[in-house]
Amino acid sequence: MIRDITIGQYYQTDSLLHRLDPRTKLVGTLVFIVSLFIAGNWLCYALAAVWLAGMIRLSRVPLSFIVRGLKAVMILLLISVGFNLFLTNGETVLVRFWIFRITLEGLRQAFFMALRLIFLIMGSSLMTLTTTPNQLTDGLETGLGFLKKIRVPIHEIAMMMSIALRFIPILIEETDKIMKAQMARGADFETGNLIERAKALVPILVPLFISAFRRATDLAMAMEARCYHGGEARTRMKPLVYETRDRMTYLAFAAYLAAMIALNRIF
Amino acid sequence: MGIIKASKLIYDYIKRDEDGNPDGTRRAVDQVDIDIEAGSFVAILGHNGSGKSTLAKHMNALLLPTEGTIWVSGKDTSLDENLWDVRRTAGMVFQNPDNQIIGTVVEEDVGFGPENIGVPTPEIWKRVEQSLEAVGMTMYRHHSPNKLSGGQKQRVAIAGVMAMRPRCIVLDEPTAMLDPNGRKEVIRTIRELNRAEQITVILITHYMEEVIEADHVYVMDDGRIVMEGTPHEVFARTEELKSYRLDVPQVTELSWQLKKAGLPLSDGILTIDAFVDEIMTLYKKP
Repeated sequence: MIRDITIGQYYQTDSLLHRLDPRTKLVGTLVFIVSLFIAGNWLCYALAAVWLAGMIRLSRVPLSFIVRGLKAVMILLLISVGFNLFLTNGETVLVRFWIFRITLEGLRQAFFMALRLIFLIMGSSLMTLTTTPNQLTDGLETGLGFLKKIRVPIHEIAMMMSIALRFIPILIEETDKIMKAQMARGADFETGNLIERAKALVPILVPLFISAFRRATDLAMAMEARCYHGGEARTRMKPLVYETRDRMTYLAFAAYLAAMIALNRIF
Repeated sequence: MGIIKASKLIYDYIKRDEDGNPDGTRRAVDQVDIDIEAGSFVAILGHNGSGKSTLAKHMNALLLPTEGTIWVSGKDTSLDENLWDVRRTAGMVFQNPDNQIIGTVVEEDVGFGPENIGVPTPEIWKRVEQSLEAVGMTMYRHHSPNKLSGGQKQRVAIAGVMAMRPRCIVLDEPTAMLDPNGRKEVIRTIRELNRAEQITVILITHYMEEVIEADHVYVMDDGRIVMEGTPHEVFARTEELKSYRLDVPQVTELSWQLKKAGLPLSDGILTIDAFVDEIMTLYKKP
């Protein structure tokens, strides 16, 4: 049961977006998010919608997959819409009851905020759907390499991320094993109130942590034995190289951002 | 001098009390002298806690001697400037297959070692291919290590070490966590590497069946080397082995029992074939 959990929601298929360099996708997503915050009128949002639809089309990921990601943030979405709806001051009052007023400006603001959040989430989940966690860490490491100059241990952070990814399934399996062992000895994880259930988890967490630490020691030794000594003088088996498609994508995103700024200025 | 040589090697673990203050020591390796010839297949046998794993970790400079010296291909492991040379010369495979695989894809894990020592990219690919081929795991190169069996994971770990082109591989109980099939698979791979690629193999184990084909066997007990010789010589001393809480292979045990009961069999019979031969000659005698 517990093994069914999947972390990182990569959608396996072959598309232009899948083949792009992870760095390109990271920058692209960032540009898209920035553009959403620039957008200030209907035309801007229309442009963003068309752009996003185009990207989704190119990615060959079914729309239902991307929409699914929205469910998790539904509450956040409703709260921010609510705040904007009721707390924006404006001239034209549409509805008034008790201490609340809904103004035309508020309605507009709330609607834009909802669109902005929905686009933002769809845009960034499109990136995780088309990039394997490994490519993502690679992209982060190479793309943020300049941070090394200000002593940010970017290689170490990327290494930690990829090791964490490798051990997630192992630790999940282990949790399952410990749970079964405890259940065989009469532990009860399914009844009782929230506090009782949380308490029942302690006998799972303690052995899990101990074993995780033991694994960490073993792994550190194995890495040392294979001459690991940080990112210095390290070569790569799969170095990231920009292709023509990446350059084209950068150009396209630059054009998109320029169009967004222009639309916002002119209207 | 062989590829690995130790002289009067001593290693003390520091015992600590509850506050972490040193509280006496425990001698894990005691006055060990070994000399391992390049290209040979050497087994180190011993019961749990006999110090064999501690000794193995010295061959890769993961532990440094408290007293005495160990040389790996002529280089003293306790000198800082020799550290990476030592680790490139002597690769190490550990007991738990899950805790030594770093990559999320088989081929990336094999490439991890060469990446660390700064091998250029095209050369890494060549080495990864050759190493996977050598352990027979080429068809799994794009798989996730989590989906492999224990024996396959150990073969990947061996490939990962091979890709660094070591002259010698130290395997610290590589089969302890495997089922019998996985154990056979791993031992077959090791033997093949030793024969085909002339890699020096140092196999640490407590399974007697795995050492029958070794060139030389060391037996450790309580931190010291208590017996050494060819498998034949060592297994001939069945009673002594038993006193070190080690079991001899079944067929050796059987012939030893028969000999004790009065049959004129020779000492140290290691394989079923040799046993059958001996019995047949006895049978044919008038």
